[in-house]
Amino acid sequence: MKLHPIIAAMRRQYAGAILIALQIALTLAIVCNAMFIIAQRVSRIDRPTGLQEDGLYWVTQQWVLPAADDPTKKTAQLDAMQVEDMAALRRIPGVTSVASVNTLPLLNSSRDGGVALEPNQASPLARTVYYYGDENMLSTLGAHLVEGREFTSGDVLHEAAQASHTPSVVIITKELAKSVFGESSALGKSIYLDGSSSPSRIVGIIDRLQVSTTHSWADTFTYHSTLVPVRLSDDSSTYAVRTTPQALDKAIRATASTLYGVSSARVIAEDGIRSYAAIREDAYRADMGMAILMASVCAILLAVTAAGIVGLTSFWVAQRGRQIGIRRALGARKIDIFQHFHLENLFISSVGAVVGIVVAFALNAWLIEHYEMRRIPIVFVLLASLLVVATGQFAVFVPARRASKITPMAAMSNRTN
Amino acid sequence: MFAYYVGIAVRNLRRSWGLTLLMVLAIGLGVAASVTTFAVFRAVSGDPVPDKSSQLFVPLFDMWGPRNGVARKDPPDALDYFDAMNLMRDHRASRQSAIYPIQPALAPADSNHHSKNIDGNAVYSEFFPMAEVPLRFGNGWSDNDDRQHATVAVISSALNDELFAGKNSVGRTINIAGKDFRVVGVLDNWNPQPRFYDVHNSGGFTTQKVDILVPFQTAITAGIKNTGNTNCNSAMNSAGFDGLIQSNCVWISYMVELRDASAVQAFRGYLDDYVNLQNRAGRFHWKSDTRLMGLREWLEFEEVAPSDTHLSLLVAIGLLAVCIINTTGLLLAKFMRRRGEVGIRRALGATKRSVYLQFVTEASLVGLSGGVFGLALTALGVAGVHALLPKDIASLAHLDAGLLGLCLLTAVVATTLAGLFPAARASAVQPALQLKMD
Repeated sequence: MKLHPIIAAMRRQYAGAILIALQIALTLAIVCNAMFIIAQRVSRIDRPTGLQEDGLYWVTQQWVLPAADDPTKKTAQLDAMQVEDMAALRRIPGVTSVASVNTLPLLNSSRDGGVALEPNQASPLARTVYYYGDENMLSTLGAHLVEGREFTSGDVLHEAAQASHTPSVVIITKELAKSVFGESSALGKSIYLDGSSSPSRIVGIIDRLQVSTTHSWADTFTYHSTLVPVRLSDDSSTYAVRTTPQALDKAIRATASTLYGVSSARVIAEDGIRSYAAIREDAYRADMGMAILMASVCAILLAVTAAGIVGLTSFWVAQRGRQIGIRRALGARKIDIFQHFHLENLFISSVGAVVGIVVAFALNAWLIEHYEMRRIPIVFVLLASLLVVATGQFAVFVPARRASKITPMAAMSNRTN
Repeated sequence: MFAYYVGIAVRNLRRSWGLTLLMVLAIGLGVAASVTTFAVFRAVSGDPVPDKSSQLFVPLFDMWGPRNGVARKDPPDALDYFDAMNLMRDHRASRQSAIYPIQPALAPADSNHHSKNIDGNAVYSEFFPMAEVPLRFGNGWSDNDDRQHATVAVISSALNDELFAGKNSVGRTINIAGKDFRVVGVLDNWNPQPRFYDVHNSGGFTTQKVDILVPFQTAITAGIKNTGNTNCNSAMNSAGFDGLIQSNCVWISYMVELRDASAVQAFRGYLDDYVNLQNRAGRFHWKSDTRLMGLREWLEFEEVAPSDTHLSLLVAIGLLAVCIINTTGLLLAKFMRRRGEVGIRRALGATKRSVYLQFVTEASLVGLSGGVFGLALTALGVAGVHALLPKDIASLAHLDAGLLGLCLLTAVVATTLAGLFPAARASAVQPALQLKMD
């Protein structure tokens, strides 16, 4: 295949060629950054929580109580009511386990603190997020214990919310253990929470449990969770409920009436009872939305670029009908004409892609400076380049085929367009 | 003359309808995508109180100091109870209010209903004029009510519709958090977005309503807990709401109204003095950083407009740019095809200028069609935004006449601009040469 006719032809239509190259360049720059954003969001959404999410749901409700005078008495009363609620929830058909837990991963409501190895340490070794719950917490959440033991009912205290007690035993995640103790085993060792003077002994280590918040401030300690054996008493209570997967919907529907049956002096908000699937959807709605938006923009961009290429190439084919006829008459085969347009497009797209790669990196650098964006891996740029060049080749197919069908007779006719 | 151009344009557009369709589709998509994302962007970066925002300020200072190791370059974004009350007592701004979010239970009207929670805020009397709170009936409460811890409340029009069938309920009572409150005012559809006066707790945009406003100290004494964010840097000494009140945890939003630059200057001086006083009293033993941020600066500091919306707008503008380049290319193809016709028209006496205008008119017409198609896509896009984005943001993006006008205008202007170069190229045809060639 000789390049000469292509270059000669392009010199006569440089304006159109430049426009296509420019369009390819911009499309490439946007598409590869958009693809990178999609990949980042998807990997965020794909993070495992460490929970067994199927068959799990979440109940949050508030009691309507007269103002109490004696805080100790009130705490005891609230705790008793909580225990009663959980007993009622356990009687719902299909429910296999119920636990008092203050929050769950992705709920974005958390208490965080610091872990140190010495008492009264002002600066902690690692940050952590606390989960307060009873002896059923691990089995209800479905978190996987890798070392040590679960909490027993003897470990569990009941305390008013926002209490300042340091727990004597805790369970921590493998990742937290690693960032505090390195490779040596953490089981049985003591840590000091929030600059406390009294130690907390590690009785168990779980494989994984994501912190409650999905916000970026916790990105450096996504799996640094600490489980505390305390049933918190507050004006509101929260329960995690596990059912067999088939019974989930039915159990959720039965929950409000069951709780009102125990006592009607309470408030259950419209979104007070939610399956974990719904919690997950809400938590990642923005990320999912962004990913879909970026994907649609990419699709639109490629479609528009393809449309532009089809339009301009068709015009060129029509305009050069006579020249094509002459080349055919002089011995060029159909395939030569077909390839001519494909090669021509490949040349224009490649020039566009080279410019586009430069623009893509510049755009990425600008995004890094102004937004929470990381350096784009080269593989995305290459993939996007391939995509736009392939789009060009695909778009040029129909006009090129039409060109290859032009007969040598066209050279004789006066007009072809 | 213009009508003549339009006539020719319509005929020409119909003749090569394939190309025309491609252009209309591309412009419609590009414009709709950018206008839709702009609608979201406009919604999240708007000024919630345009005529007042320059006079509203948020004071911050560092009551925590360099403890607990967590690297912070800014002071906490809210106040603890102790400092908030000191600032209220000193009363150095023309208006000010400490604010915290509440969610008390509302007693049911009869035994057939359950109690439900209503959202709102505990505020001081000066909050109403400061935040320009619109009232349908009655008024806010008085300074005296604040001091007396009066059980008075201002309720939303929605709650008023529900409880009192929309009638003037001033003087009636409602039972919240187990106490009777006398209604003194009814809001007039008030739901400012972003929730500028309490960004710390609302995060800016929120789907929660403001159903009730009660005096700050009344809420404190009635034990109506805060429902927002509580940030602590050390464990509390005692449990419960009392423990929170005595702690140095931050949970209270604070806003002041300062009418001019000298008032701002004076308040800055006062804040520094206040911190120095606390220093001397031995409460702080570090150099406390004080801030006084104007409302716009504050909303930016708190990153109220999600960076996603900026990013989407940016990408949409890129998309629009590609669509314009694309249209330029297609218009070039379309116009250059008609060089023969141009040659004839020129030979018959049409000026270069009239041919040029003819082509530009044609481009504008393509833009207008693209804009009309874009209108339909924009409606679809806004519906898509509602389905895709978090509800607090999505509910703000809506179609209005301005948006539709913007859609059409963008389409016509962008396409006309895109048509200038192809029109110039096509009208530059030498009549004699073109006739000879054909």
